[in-house]
Amino acid sequence: MSKVGVFIEIVDQAPGKSMPGLISAASRGGDVVGLLLDGLAEKYKGSLEEYGLTELINLSAPNRVLSKHPEAAGHALAGAVKTFGLTALLGVSSPTGNDLLARAAISLKSPLALDCIDINFKENYVKKSHFSGKTIATLEIKATPFVCGIRPNSFEAVQNQVTCRVTDHSALSVGDDTITIIGVESSGGQKDLTEASVIITGGRPIGSIENFKLLDDCAKTLGAAVGASRAAVDLDYAPHSMQVGLTGKIVSPKLYIGCGLSGSAQHFAGMKGSQVIVAINTDKEAPIFTKSDYGIIGDLFEVVPALTKALKTGPP
Amino acid sequence: MRIYVCIKQVPDTEAVITVTNDTGYDNEVKYVVNPHDEFGVEEAVKLGEKTGENEIIALCVGTERAANALRSVMAMGAHRSILVKTDEQFPSSDLIAKALAKVITEEGPADLIFTGKQSVDSEGMQTPYRLAAELDLPVVSSVVGFSLDGSTATVQREIGGGIRETLSVNTPCIIGATRGLNEPKYPKLPAILKAKKKEIKIIDISTLDISEDEGFRLKHLEATEERGNARIIEGTTEEIVDSLVKILRDTEGVI
Repeated sequence: MSKVGVFIEIVDQAPGKSMPGLISAASRGGDVVGLLLDGLAEKYKGSLEEYGLTELINLSAPNRVLSKHPEAAGHALAGAVKTFGLTALLGVSSPTGNDLLARAAISLKSPLALDCIDINFKENYVKKSHFSGKTIATLEIKATPFVCGIRPNSFEAVQNQVTCRVTDHSALSVGDDTITIIGVESSGGQKDLTEASVIITGGRPIGSIENFKLLDDCAKTLGAAVGASRAAVDLDYAPHSMQVGLTGKIVSPKLYIGCGLSGSAQHFAGMKGSQVIVAINTDKEAPIFTKSDYGIIGDLFEVVPALTKALKTGPP
Repeated sequence: MRIYVCIKQVPDTEAVITVTNDTGYDNEVKYVVNPHDEFGVEEAVKLGEKTGENEIIALCVGTERAANALRSVMAMGAHRSILVKTDEQFPSSDLIAKALAKVITEEGPADLIFTGKQSVDSEGMQTPYRLAAELDLPVVSSVVGFSLDGSTATVQREIGGGIRETLSVNTPCIIGATRGLNEPKYPKLPAILKAKKKEIKIIDISTLDISEDEGFRLKHLEATEERGNARIIEGTTEEIVDSLVKILRDTEGVI
């Protein structure tokens, strides 16, 4: 049986929340082998073997922390694909995932497709967005091994308990580093948008940084991440890292609640892949109501606190 | 310094995309400079203003009409430009990177190369990496902060959840730019008029003698099914939010 590799990305000292769905996607193509960068395989394997991960390879390199050296990490992933005879390398299309998958693909001289929403190993194709989600492209896979990034929330995680064995593998030396991660800085308390399964976003009518607290409170009851429209970011109501849209984050949650959004093409480019879109706006003519699933014509300053309360107490 | 800015011409975000012949689209739409690329151009121009002795060369692989995109970035401050002409609507990232690398090698070694982190048409996200491999240079993409100190660049990129990484990169290097890096200044009339006189060298891609690797091949393109009008939930605020919670929990199963 063929073996498919998955890059296990560690977020907040645990496998990222998209890993189970990724493993389920990869298992359509064969046995799933995880590739972990200088991590704690024994600690992480429990949460991964539940979804069908049969082997976890702990990659390390002499005198180098791979997670601080993207070039070396890319070569290490590529080396593991060759050494372990993997037919494909999959990862989550997060910022770090995209970066390392691209580096691995180039090192392997392999085809690469990022941000895919579907993969079919039998018929050899992937599907991905073109033109910010206005069209979907089917791309035929013409060579193996190939490298593929999967958009978060594209695949349901399917429970499939197996026993996972851990293998240590030392990557070969790859020459001097020309890139080093020298610092990581957190603006504190922001939930990641790209992998979020629920997102609540504020537009221009939110009016101030302080008013985002309304959305934060509602987000807490839903375990949601908070986003902002470009207009809100341009007015300094929110940092750019919270922007959803064409030049901000591209998101694909199960539920997207837009508060005071007009519904511009640029914004839809970033959140069109959401499963369910709820729009809250005082203007019943706002374009967002023509492209959403559910609409509430009302003031976000009334509707959002009421929603928070209803979520806390539960509806009748 | 010799700074290259690599751009792509893409349909405007507002444009309606009509699929034709299964793998193409009707190109009678408004075209613009790929939005992410503008941040790269602006950063190159800012560097030029600082030192005053930089040459900024804009490069583009695209159809004949992409000359308009090169005019736009010359109005932003690029000094001259080169268009590698192809008739393909979706030239592969591999082909684009090889063409750009050839042109850069012929024009003279780069001190810095800026690209966008991705194009908004085919969304491949890999041209900066493939170009880096062709030229054997380091690359960092999704860059939102850039400073140069001698032969080392310090760059920032966002990795989600408001977390920013700072990276040290040897130059020459390739920077994949995105929003957050700067605020592109849109050119004023004198700059636009001046750009009309700047040089655009046109090279046909067939003369570059490039062999493309077989990778992913576009087999089929289809329009996404559009959502219709929202189902408006009515009632008092309390009734509305109760209905919404019920729908999201019981009907949609998303909370």
